Amino acid sequence: MSTEKSIWRKAYEWHEERLPIIGFLDHTIGTKYPAPKNLNYWWNFGSLALVILGIMIATGIFLAMNYTPHADHAFDSVERIMREVNYGWVLRYMHANGASFFFIVVYIHIFRGMYYGSYKAPREVLWWMGIIIFLLMMATAFMGYVLPWGQMSFWGATVITNLFSAIPLVGDEIVTFLWGGFSVDNPTLNRFFALHYLLPFVIVAVVFLHIWALHIPGSNNPLGIEATPADKIPFHPYYTSKDAFGTGVMLLVFFAVVFWLPNSMGHPDNYTPANPLVTPPHIVPEWYFLPFYAILRAVPDKLLGVILMFSAILILFVLPWLDTARVRSATFRPIFKVFFWIFVADGVLLTWCGAQLPEGLPLVLGRLGTAWYFLHFIVFLPVIGWLETPKPLPASISEPVIKPAE
Amino acid sequence: MKKIILAAAAATVLSMPMAVNAAEDIAVPTQEWSFNGLLGTFDKQQLQRGLQVYREVCAACHGLKYIAFRNFEALGYSEGQIKALAEEHQVEDGPDEFGDMFMRPAKASDYLPAPFPNDAVARMANGGALPPDLSLITKARPNGPDYVYNLMLGYEDPPADVELMPGMSYNKYFPGHQIAMGVQVFDDRVAYADGTEATSEQIAKDVTAFLHWAAEPKLEARHSMGLKVMLYTLLFTVLAYLLKVRIWSRLEKK
Amino acid sequence: MSNTAHAHAADAGGESRRDFLLHSTVAVGTLGGVMMVWPLLDSMNPAADTLSLSTTEFSVDGIEPGQGITVVWRGKPVFVRHRTASEIEAAETVDMDDLPDPQADDARVQNPEFLILVGVCTHLGCIPLGMKQTEPRGDFGGWFCPCHGSHYDTSGRIRRGPAPANLEVPPYEFVSDTTVRIG
Repeated sequence: MSTEKSIWRKAYEWHEERLPIIGFLDHTIGTKYPAPKNLNYWWNFGSLALVILGIMIATGIFLAMNYTPHADHAFDSVERIMREVNYGWVLRYMHANGASFFFIVVYIHIFRGMYYGSYKAPREVLWWMGIIIFLLMMATAFMGYVLPWGQMSFWGATVITNLFSAIPLVGDEIVTFLWGGFSVDNPTLNRFFALHYLLPFVIVAVVFLHIWALHIPGSNNPLGIEATPADKIPFHPYYTSKDAFGTGVMLLVFFAVVFWLPNSMGHPDNYTPANPLVTPPHIVPEWYFLPFYAILRAVPDKLLGVILMFSAILILFVLPWLDTARVRSATFRPIFKVFFWIFVADGVLLTWCGAQLPEGLPLVLGRLGTAWYFLHFIVFLPVIGWLETPKPLPASISEPVIKPAE
Repeated sequence: MKKIILAAAAATVLSMPMAVNAAEDIAVPTQEWSFNGLLGTFDKQQLQRGLQVYREVCAACHGLKYIAFRNFEALGYSEGQIKALAEEHQVEDGPDEFGDMFMRPAKASDYLPAPFPNDAVARMANGGALPPDLSLITKARPNGPDYVYNLMLGYEDPPADVELMPGMSYNKYFPGHQIAMGVQVFDDRVAYADGTEATSEQIAKDVTAFLHWAAEPKLEARHSMGLKVMLYTLLFTVLAYLLKVRIWSRLEKK
Repeated sequence: MSNTAHAHAADAGGESRRDFLLHSTVAVGTLGGVMMVWPLLDSMNPAADTLSLSTTEFSVDGIEPGQGITVVWRGKPVFVRHRTASEIEAAETVDMDDLPDPQADDARVQNPEFLILVGVCTHLGCIPLGMKQTEPRGDFGGWFCPCHGSHYDTSGRIRRGPAPANLEVPPYEFVSDTTVRIG
């Protein structure tokens, strides 16, 4: 065998000595990054979120080349993209539906974390980075929905920005500051466009921190017990191939929606240009905001509603300490498991309530659902953690079958 | 693997907009449309009839601002036919060298001119009501095509307990049931150039299909591209699955 | 730790199949990624409405000899000059050796009375002066570019200055005696 290196090999080593990008990648998602061998498909959703983030940024940049962020032209420019720009309709439908898919994937990713105790020590900051990404996503999506300047764009912006007037003393000034005027109008639209283009790159930065924070302790796993080196396999090729397959499945669902049900998750009213003098009969935010919308409207007091809505997300920051259990995974926590699924059902209930008018049965259910939401975090989790007897944990990941305790 | 597909399907279904509780949910009978279905297409002949209905019945009050004359190529018209059709319309241009705006015959590249110069004039001519532009109407209403079709045919005498406001008509499917537009579609309202019998159902069907084309001119391209994309993605997913299984089978051999 | 020798032995028959599977999956995936990029890039090409504005028609009726108009075509100015007899003669009798970009006048006009040129200097894109009565026409009776001093003659050909080529003649036709369509 020749000991002489090829020119390609030499060039590669020359560059790696100076900036070891390939080595870096190999240690983060390659053959040198060990991951527990028992990760199930619920662990695919982080990589799926990253894929969708890439799709959103790519389609967004090219949409921005044809979009006009002025109240008089925004709606028309979007229709021009749909009708005149080559493949404009593909870009638009991928971007609009991609936003929904981003939230579907991230909600599942969050629920995975909640079920398997991935937020527990030593992964608290990883969890925090995730919540920050979620908050940034909500801000980005909210502003993005305003950009087409349809009826829902305008009125959704009006309702949500008006919330800030609930802040005592300075509320009205803050709202005027946000609007850049005395109502949602062109200045608002223009700044929302600037920020909507900016925030995704802030998300990228926080995703970097999120992955970095993950790589210190390494991934959690379905059993919730520490994975020893013997229990781990190299990320590449095991999880790269599994993530590639998962991406394929997600794309199948995504493309099915983009190409055959492209308006199914939107609202018809947004195909009517914004009219400041006509309020739609029913202002509904996009579906991924509905549970928080339900919480907002659960209390008749405006300020309390706003505080409650923000608290619903901020409480997630202290989840690692609210959940007092020493055991991570719901697999071994039969009581917690039940409450987890009730919590998921509560989320679905609140989503439904958010879409209804806040009166009658939907309002009652919305209030019950909101109460349960906070009870889950503030009362049930701590109490279950103290009182629950978890099932016996396996000795290790490689030997999950253990003798019964008799 | 089943779990992931189940999760994806559940998530997609759960995220569909929940039934919006309007003051009253008026159910709209579903129709069959050539553009529905996985590989639905438009029927060019129908679109041409629909265009005729639009021009003869609707265009006097309703604009179609996002459609340019050149777009009618998709309906099967030739460049010459489009030029002739365009020249039947006048559009504003200018200012000329005296600083005045002037009217000139439309070109293929022009968009369909609006029936009224502005909303105020439109309202004056329609008893205070503003006839909406129809470029997106089938996407701007829930169950758009079914709604528009049934609306056209949904006029009837008001029930005894309903007091009809002056100038309004009673329509079964219009939210609130009182609509400022009078009935427009009835038998033989137009004489189709291709000789098709112009029943009110036919007229309503054709103009609705035309309006859905106006709202989604890329529908056919979307369906055909979708098929190719899905097949290719399926190929990739199958290959990726086989590769994943083979890679993971190494673990069993430890 | 996987026993690679054992794995290879067991896969001996499947080794080449695995490579095929690996290569075809990577190929299909990469090609898929590339195909997803194409619509992004193609969206930057001229859109349908832009392309529809790629022709323009105008009338030369009313332009007196010695006068001219400027029309807009594809976002650029187009000079339309109704030449006088002396301007035509000057254009036709020029020695080809005097021209940095030799071209006969009859190769640049369909009807010698009407000179139709894209009014963009071939040097760096400024709009040459000469259409208005008050503007200088340079030393050759045509146009003068104020940016870097290019002189064009009565056929729009470069005579002196840094411009490398004659003013461009756009594709046009007389659809009637008095109507011209460009593009």
